Amino acid sequence: MSMAGAAQDTGPGAASKVRKGEVLLQVKGLKMYFPVTEGIIFRKTVAQVKAVDGISFDIRKGETLGLVGESGCGKTTTGRCILQLERPTEGEIVFAGQNLVDLDARALRPLRRKIQVIFQDPYSSLNPRMKTGDIVAEPMYVHGLEPDATKREQRVKELFSVCGLSPNLTDRYPHEMSGGQRQRVGIARALSLNPEFIVCDEAVSALDVSIQAQVINLLEDLREEFGLTYLFIAHDLSVVRHLCHRVAVMYLGKIVELAECDELYDNPLHPYTRALLAAVPVPDPEIEAKREHQTVKGEVPSPINPPSGCVFHPRCPLAVDSCRSEIPDLRELKPGHWVACTEV
Amino acid sequence: MTVSDVRIDPDAERAVERTPRPAALLGLIARYPLGAAGAFVVLVMIFAAVFAEAIAPYDPEDNAFEYMFTPPGAQFWLGTDDFGRDILSRIIHGARTALFVGFVAAVIGATGGLVLGVASAYFGGWFDLIIQRVMDVFMAFPLIILALAVVAVLGPGIDKVIIAITIPFIPQCARVVRSSALAIREMPYVDAARACGFSHARIILRHMVPNVMAPYLIMITAFVGQAILLEAVLAFLGLGVQEPTAAWGLMLKSGAEEYAESAPWIPIFPGLAISLAVFGFNLFGDALRDALDPKLRAQ
Repeated sequence: MSMAGAAQDTGPGAASKVRKGEVLLQVKGLKMYFPVTEGIIFRKTVAQVKAVDGISFDIRKGETLGLVGESGCGKTTTGRCILQLERPTEGEIVFAGQNLVDLDARALRPLRRKIQVIFQDPYSSLNPRMKTGDIVAEPMYVHGLEPDATKREQRVKELFSVCGLSPNLTDRYPHEMSGGQRQRVGIARALSLNPEFIVCDEAVSALDVSIQAQVINLLEDLREEFGLTYLFIAHDLSVVRHLCHRVAVMYLGKIVELAECDELYDNPLHPYTRALLAAVPVPDPEIEAKREHQTVKGEVPSPINPPSGCVFHPRCPLAVDSCRSEIPDLRELKPGHWVACTEV
Repeated sequence: MTVSDVRIDPDAERAVERTPRPAALLGLIARYPLGAAGAFVVLVMIFAAVFAEAIAPYDPEDNAFEYMFTPPGAQFWLGTDDFGRDILSRIIHGARTALFVGFVAAVIGATGGLVLGVASAYFGGWFDLIIQRVMDVFMAFPLIILALAVVAVLGPGIDKVIIAITIPFIPQCARVVRSSALAIREMPYVDAARACGFSHARIILRHMVPNVMAPYLIMITAFVGQAILLEAVLAFLGLGVQEPTAAWGLMLKSGAEEYAESAPWIPIFPGLAISLAVFGFNLFGDALRDALDPKLRAQ
């Protein structure tokens, strides 16, 4: 994996959609293995779930990187590692020049302000016992951003209106709000600490399509207004295309393809990406019915015991013998378009 | 609304109006009639315990041998016992003993369990393992046997009785609270709190403990009932409160052993008092669980 310098190397011919500029976050060789243990007192590890198995990517300031893949491919775990909710087994997460993995809890605290999260489920991401205004105010209080209570309240109301919520709603409990409103409260909480980087973990997946559009527009507006950088984890490919500058496709803990958004959708190279895009239904039912469906055969293998060589080889239409033994590195086939496949 | 193009229904934007208190109370009674009955029993008990001197018609410890074994009647509503003491007065004063032991033991036991349970779930790993195995050891003893063992070591007396009852409560509550807290720990809002860099104490106290209050309060009300029963059992076995203090278990003991047939009112009324008290606390606890859940409260 020689991806460390990948993003800076994006060629001059790259489309204007891609932002240039300083790298805000760098993930290098990230591995997250969860042990499967047996025994109560004398624990022994019998196996390891390789949720994330050596991935590397960069995110530049002001950019939105999409992370797509099917359930269980490790996209959420990647986000949790960046947030330092999980301590990675191996690898580096460099944010603003500091490797988060090396820092202890105390040293991490000031950096946590800069990295925030928006969760998938708007119902469980807010503490049901706290008023929404307090939920948004608490991070500011803890980090001493707004020590004065009246000013803090003012700031909460500002954040509410920035997120498209009426400031009157600060007095409500989460269960007194709709799903879309709650998701906006979650966004307001993430914004309360003036973060630079936000991990959106399936941030719109749990919402109705109409609300999804509103929240996506909100996220875009906030990115422009506050110069935010997003890691947008999703499985909805059309949402990702709309929102992201670059997209990374994950399969079984590995990045199989990484490219600019339009390039990836118009010209997918990895057989898995092709299958993924082919599975997106066409909105016209007549075309959809006539269209030839190419599905990937077989099931996703278990991350406890992933296939040798290329993890996709048992299901890959292009697989040759060498795929069984050789682990393919990400190669830059076109400027800024990286693929982990030897056969394309 | 500077950034977003979304407008929200203006009706929904008004701050929520909350129901004023007296109306809310009536609403609660209508919604939880059994709970209200339980609350009534509890309130009557508390009233009796607090104002025992004023309510009780006679001195509960005053022997009046000329009135021994008087059946219930106009003069002694619930009759008199083998020392001629008025049973009604003794039951009213007994409520004081029962409630004192019950509340103190339940609150200390449940709170100890709350702290241990939430901390155990939050920190996990070895800490959790050790706490839970110690709790298992205590849970292995039946409630009464453990309380008996503690009294046997410490000796009788009301303070020792409280300790004896508290100790078996701690692991019970810790176990229940831990299982709730384990679920809470995986909630995204706890992750969000961690991602915000909150301290362990803040996450435990502000984000986890309030969300396990429902099982905690239900445990307390159940414990008060159990503690009243346990206190009566210990007194019945002669290990708890000693004569001549008015206590329901003691009254039952002297009555049931010798006079169950010849003067049945001596054991029946304290027995009824124990049953009614435990029943009342349990009903109250069940209703409290429903009433405390903010989702149910909002209909």
